[in-house]
Amino acid sequence: MSDQQPGPARESESEAFLHRAEAEAEKDPFAGVDFSELELSLYRPRTLFSIILSWMVTGMTVLALIPLFAVLWMLIWRGGRNFSLALFTQLPPAPLEQGGGFGNAIVGTVIMVGIASLITVPLGILSGVYLAQAPGESRLASAVRFSAKVLTGFPSILAGVFAYGAVVLITGGYSATAGGVALSILMLPTIILTSENAIAMVPARMKEASIGLGATGAQTVWMVLLPTAMPGILTGIMLAVARAAGETAPLLFTALFSNYWITSGGHFNLMQPTASLAVLIYNFSGMPFKNQVELAWAAALVLVVLVLIVNLIGQSFSRQQVQQ
Amino acid sequence: MAAWHPGQVWQPPSTGQRWFDVAFRRLCLIFAALTIVLIVLLVIEIGIKAIPAFREYGLSFLWSTTWDSNKAKYGILPEIWGTLYTSLLALFFGSLFGIAAAVFLSEDYLGEAVFKLLKAVNLHFHPFWGTLPQRLEGLLKNLIELLAAVPSVVYGLWGLFVVIPLIRPLCNWLHTQFGWFPLFSTDLSGPGILPAVLVLSIMIVPTITAISRNALVAVPSKLRMAAYGLGATRWETILGVLLPTASRGIFGGIVLAFGRALGETMALAMLVGNANRLTVSLFSPANTLAALLANTFPEAGAHEIPVLMYAALVLLAITLLVNMFGALVLERAAAKAEAR
Repeated sequence: MSDQQPGPARESESEAFLHRAEAEAEKDPFAGVDFSELELSLYRPRTLFSIILSWMVTGMTVLALIPLFAVLWMLIWRGGRNFSLALFTQLPPAPLEQGGGFGNAIVGTVIMVGIASLITVPLGILSGVYLAQAPGESRLASAVRFSAKVLTGFPSILAGVFAYGAVVLITGGYSATAGGVALSILMLPTIILTSENAIAMVPARMKEASIGLGATGAQTVWMVLLPTAMPGILTGIMLAVARAAGETAPLLFTALFSNYWITSGGHFNLMQPTASLAVLIYNFSGMPFKNQVELAWAAALVLVVLVLIVNLIGQSFSRQQVQQ
Repeated sequence: MAAWHPGQVWQPPSTGQRWFDVAFRRLCLIFAALTIVLIVLLVIEIGIKAIPAFREYGLSFLWSTTWDSNKAKYGILPEIWGTLYTSLLALFFGSLFGIAAAVFLSEDYLGEAVFKLLKAVNLHFHPFWGTLPQRLEGLLKNLIELLAAVPSVVYGLWGLFVVIPLIRPLCNWLHTQFGWFPLFSTDLSGPGILPAVLVLSIMIVPTITAISRNALVAVPSKLRMAAYGLGATRWETILGVLLPTASRGIFGGIVLAFGRALGETMALAMLVGNANRLTVSLFSPANTLAALLANTFPEAGAHEIPVLMYAALVLLAITLLVNMFGALVLERAAAKAEAR
């Protein structure tokens, strides 16, 4: 249609448009704009609202951090004031007895977290390998990933209930092994998901180079993927260990508590009730005796320091991963 | 197949290596499938142990209110109510503070303030001081994550010996002045709902902050730039563009935090008072499902174990549903963010 229009008329139309546009451009483009409207001023409702909300958010963030410092301060103040070497070497005191320590609880916590790690580290890493290697549309892989995500929010007390039914009732008694099994349920999802992430982050060219050299899938995993992803995997393991070390609920009726060393009776026995720092804090905090309450605070300090150290080690690994 | 000479770098895999490869692949698959098996086992194990109690008490277990082991009468309505009541209250406070902290972190408020300070003393390009804003931001993020690293039993201890004595005068004043108001209808004599809720909200803040911050950071910066370009103030941008765009992720984080709160045991077992009471008063002792298990299980008699397993099954059903819902929401949110 437009082709049939006479040429000159079209030209003059576009010329007129150009003239108008030039005339527009010569005018001040901001003529109608009140720039004071855009000022960040306390007198303007829009910006005042913005400033107030900014300060509110700052205040709320500070408020959210206060409990952390309050907890740490109380731990150092109340836990630190009766801190001594005896805490680490002695056994928990009987009611009304003075002094005492929680050496057996530290050993118990380490042993049970150790059992849980022995179960979950191989399981978790190899599951992570599977998830990272599975093709994107794999149904099984997404089901496993989804299960792991659901398990991260699994109530810790139910892990205890499960281990009670699956281990305590079958082996016939409370034991460190049952405690370790309960903790492993809580550690597993963290290790699976962080291992998968770490392995998936390994550059594809490294994997392809390995396969190109004729390595089998297993060789690629063992010699290229796992060594490269190791810092990230270790971060995940450390996070899981830190979480398990602080868990109380799964141990309440699986490992129970004990006032004696795990070696008592002459030999090392994993099938007897075992003390742990977390359960000691819970038990002693409810006692009406001053000495026990003080011990609970000291144990809380030791536990938090332990958990924080493991966390910091984990974070230092993750920094190595970033540098690669 | 090409012949291999000694000293040659490459070689085809030997039979043993091939066999190992297949075995290793199978092993990885089996281990991965074990995770699904584990969830199924958890449900079956607790379900089977609960059958005797289910036969005896049926569904009325869920809405009767007595717990008397001498008369063998059991009901967990107060515990279900206590679990939901404390979790929802904690979720309210936790979301408020958690999302505020997420906005504070994602908007780089601290880094900006430190940068302005450095600019005032002309150090903002200094090799050491110039990186300070970034490092402080990282430190703040780690500090909030440390809140999650503190074991819940330590929060319980802190709540018992610090929070309860601290809030008791205020609570009792509220009770004497406004006792007619249902929320304040009892006085706080020790453990109770309010201290439990306060500690619980502190415990879920890191979850909400971490997930919400991720969602906010994932909002494409072109959206923010477009809003600023149209003349929006910072908070018009946050409320009108950033939060709505990140809302799915934030909602997923809140649901997951709700799951945490429902299953949280130790802090509640120590702070909620372990009283079989159906109440709305913030200062009254009450009980939750997890706290009931923690407090009753260790000393339970043989006839009480199946009843507790039934209670555990109820808790399992509630938390699994909430967690699955949360994981699904987050998965959808991530898929949407990727599509942007």
